[in-house]
Amino acid sequence: MSPNPSAAPVCKVRLRYAKRGKLRFTSHRDVARAFERALRRAGLPMAYSQGYSPHPKISWVGAATTGAASEAEYAEIQLVEHVDPRVVRAELDAALPDGLAVLEGVLAGPGGLAERIEASAWRIEVRGLDDEQLRQAAHMLLATPKLLVERVTKDGRRSLDARAAIISLEVENCQTVLPAPDQFSRCGILMAVVRQGSPAVRPDDVLSALGAVAGLPSSVLVKAIRTAQGRLDDDGGLVDPLAADRAFARTALAPDAWAQSDDGSGQHDVAGHTG
Amino acid sequence: MIVTEGSPRELIARYSTILVALVFTALCGMAFSAPLVAFAAAQEAAVQEKEGAAFAAVTLGTMAVTSVFEQLELLLPRVSKPVQYVGGELNATVKDWDSATVRWVLMYPDAYEVGLPNQGIMILYEVLNEQPDVLAERTYAVWPDLEMLMREHGVPQFTVDSHRPVGAFDLLGVSFATELGYTNLLTALDLAGIPLPANARTDDHPVVIAGGHAAFNPEPIADFIDAAVLGDGEEVVLEITGAVRDWKAHGCPGGRQELLGALAEIDGVYLPGCYDVSYLPDGRIAEVVRNNERAPQRVAKRTTMDLDEWPYPKQPLVPIAESVHERMSVEIFRGCTRGCRFCQAGMITRPVRERSAQGIGEMVERGLAASGFSEVGLLSLSSADHSEIREITKGLADRYEGSGTGLSLPSTRVDAFNIDLANEISRNGRRSGLTFAPEGGSERIRRVINKMVSEEDLIRTVSTAFGAGWRQVILFFMYGAPTETDDDVLQIARMAHRVIRAGREASGSKDIRCTISIGAFVPKPHTPFQWAAQEHPDVVDQRLRKLRVEINSDRRIGRNVGMRYHDGKPSLIEGLLSRGDRRVGRVIERVWRDGGRFDGWSEYFRYDRWVAACAAELTREGVSLEWFTTRERGREEVLPWDHLDSGLDRDWLWDDWQDALAGREQDDCRWTPCFDCGVCPSMGTDIQVGPSHSGPINSGPSGGQQLLPLSPVGPGNVR
Repeated sequence: MSPNPSAAPVCKVRLRYAKRGKLRFTSHRDVARAFERALRRAGLPMAYSQGYSPHPKISWVGAATTGAASEAEYAEIQLVEHVDPRVVRAELDAALPDGLAVLEGVLAGPGGLAERIEASAWRIEVRGLDDEQLRQAAHMLLATPKLLVERVTKDGRRSLDARAAIISLEVENCQTVLPAPDQFSRCGILMAVVRQGSPAVRPDDVLSALGAVAGLPSSVLVKAIRTAQGRLDDDGGLVDPLAADRAFARTALAPDAWAQSDDGSGQHDVAGHTG
Repeated sequence: MIVTEGSPRELIARYSTILVALVFTALCGMAFSAPLVAFAAAQEAAVQEKEGAAFAAVTLGTMAVTSVFEQLELLLPRVSKPVQYVGGELNATVKDWDSATVRWVLMYPDAYEVGLPNQGIMILYEVLNEQPDVLAERTYAVWPDLEMLMREHGVPQFTVDSHRPVGAFDLLGVSFATELGYTNLLTALDLAGIPLPANARTDDHPVVIAGGHAAFNPEPIADFIDAAVLGDGEEVVLEITGAVRDWKAHGCPGGRQELLGALAEIDGVYLPGCYDVSYLPDGRIAEVVRNNERAPQRVAKRTTMDLDEWPYPKQPLVPIAESVHERMSVEIFRGCTRGCRFCQAGMITRPVRERSAQGIGEMVERGLAASGFSEVGLLSLSSADHSEIREITKGLADRYEGSGTGLSLPSTRVDAFNIDLANEISRNGRRSGLTFAPEGGSERIRRVINKMVSEEDLIRTVSTAFGAGWRQVILFFMYGAPTETDDDVLQIARMAHRVIRAGREASGSKDIRCTISIGAFVPKPHTPFQWAAQEHPDVVDQRLRKLRVEINSDRRIGRNVGMRYHDGKPSLIEGLLSRGDRRVGRVIERVWRDGGRFDGWSEYFRYDRWVAACAAELTREGVSLEWFTTRERGREEVLPWDHLDSGLDRDWLWDDWQDALAGREQDDCRWTPCFDCGVCPSMGTDIQVGPSHSGPINSGPSGGQQLLPLSPVGPGNVR
């Protein structure tokens, strides 16, 4: 007999969540653990894997690197009962520690989530350089066809083409008033859209590339925030990966679409939800 | 036997309940403990500031204490695992600085991942924060990569709760589960801007208090601490808090010295500065003489009775970062009566005090709801010895059936184990390796150390386990015990071979494993072995090499036996720090100044550094590393901790030592009559064991008592 049998999942909910403030220093494993515990505290009817070491069924899509904040992280959870995705969002959000926030929950429509994510938009606050220096460097980098940067990974040094991954790169003035009366009081903000690959080009790789191409003095990356993820549209913008699910829930099913499952089994518990 | 995996360090971290050493700072509400930043550069200015502040303190009360996170944040991208420094744990408490009269910072002097799950810190943190006018935060040892950056950028030792500078608090309590954390204490003091010598501290510095098991001989760190707390900490921290509160309410009369005097009058609080130690020409201690009438002749340990009145932690801290114990822990009893002669924890925590089955059930229920953990650890020194362990494990397994909640018993013994118990434990969760601790390879050495486990019991137990589906067993052994010979250690190989043969027979499979994990014996204060000579690393390391050869003498069996061990060198240093006196303090400081950090971690520990420091600091005293470790002590010798009272009668300990040498075992007073170890009469305590009798008793199918009836817990119903 297989130990710890779990009821079969009946619905999937897709979540957009944020990683903010001090919790941007969490690794993906830290975030995953925090979610598992919050789901238990919230008492949501999670589907579990079977075996001696059961885990709740959560799928993660392209988690942000340790140290980077994000307003656009995505995950998909499987439940053994139908629950309004808005309730899932609210209860999970309340159970998560400060710094992890669930921004949206939608019932999964057809199609996979991962294939709807192709690129990231980043807001990178840089200290040690001002906006004019950054603007010149960005201009030079965009004029370069290829720029290899090195990164130390678990498997040793890897070289990747940072330029090829950059879709767009703009510079904004830094409004923050900085207390430190030293070389880090200068500041500029990069807005970058970067195509995701393997290995992914991360905000510090973009900075390394800028430094290499423009011979900039050593700078300190203060804060990187992922502001969006999605497929690239024709204008270099990003398409909200949950838009299709939202549209599906609105149009394809009954008014209480949130209570529907996406497996077509028709075993919906809609009693009491007359819309 | 232990039904969970765990390195010795994990075991220590898991169970060093009790006592925390405290250090106080910034007395009388002053928070100048100027950020150690710019410490050297602005020393003059700091002095002026302090003078000004000392004056202003009377009229202005507290100064603003601000978070150092903004400075720290710039450094975190450059260190490994930055999440360990950001706090934000579920159930952490952050209070307004000005709302508190007495402010504690609690430290576990090891890495965050080891220190965070420590039950002692968690209990005291909650007990203190429940007081409306008390604030308690936590700090942990920072790794050398961050330490270097903090020094470079002038960031002081900080708490993880609010990132306030440690130097700003009234009291710094440090819990020592192991003596190898002493160098980390010095790092934290230095980073906090607290002078290392306690007698150089002023009213502006926290009072530094040590606790934990190592505080039962705090003499090696006597120079660096203001006080040590002996025994259970729940009640004494409140009394210490009261003394600080009263002193502040009266305008801090007499300054730091008066406060320390008041602390000396609290039961269980030891102030090394109130005692003078003199030495004989041969290096032994001549006498320890009290120099302050407010301190007692001997300091007796504290004992918390009735654990049901202390159901802490109620709101376990749940870290964001990974830690060594990812589970919700409930201490099911404190103390141990088995009387293993090497075990300091078992000796100094007597008598046995069991938490009731109902109390355990309530703590588990509340703790799981508050934490979201998926595993419950039933903690104690020998968990299967709880008089109602079957009812407790069955009750919990029933209650959490289908909820994905696992149970673990971190410390259990071969003879208390039965397979029903193991099955209950693994019913809802994982089935990892079974772990047993026979400790000695031969019947003879097991009599010496009083670990009365028979080999037949072990073989019977592992056979049952292998028959029931387990495939791996881990056996813990100790080497270097008094009177040990090569043969005692080689018997470990024979036992491992028997386990494999029995396992193959019971399981009908060749695919089973036995791992033997071997640790060095370190003689500890307040045990019958406190007089014993520690074996030299060269001797024991040689024995381990012979054991390896013996295990592999039969390849068909040896290939199924794994062997884990550490060499004896760190253990010799642990031995120095365990039984050292005040002269060892200079060795610790020299090692620290030479770069010694995280000595409990093999990648940081450097034996040569300790040997050199011993030579430099001890030779002129006429003593040495060997003198403190491999030398046998006589009955009349004054031991450095003789003025500290763990309740154990010194003559009884000596007699038990003689019994050990003669190979005579001792009974367990939980099940057999009292053998007069001295603890209960001298401490006014008694053993507390089941059956539990609070509330109505429901007879369950097992015929035993059930946990309080609760609604079944399953998916969707965990709240």
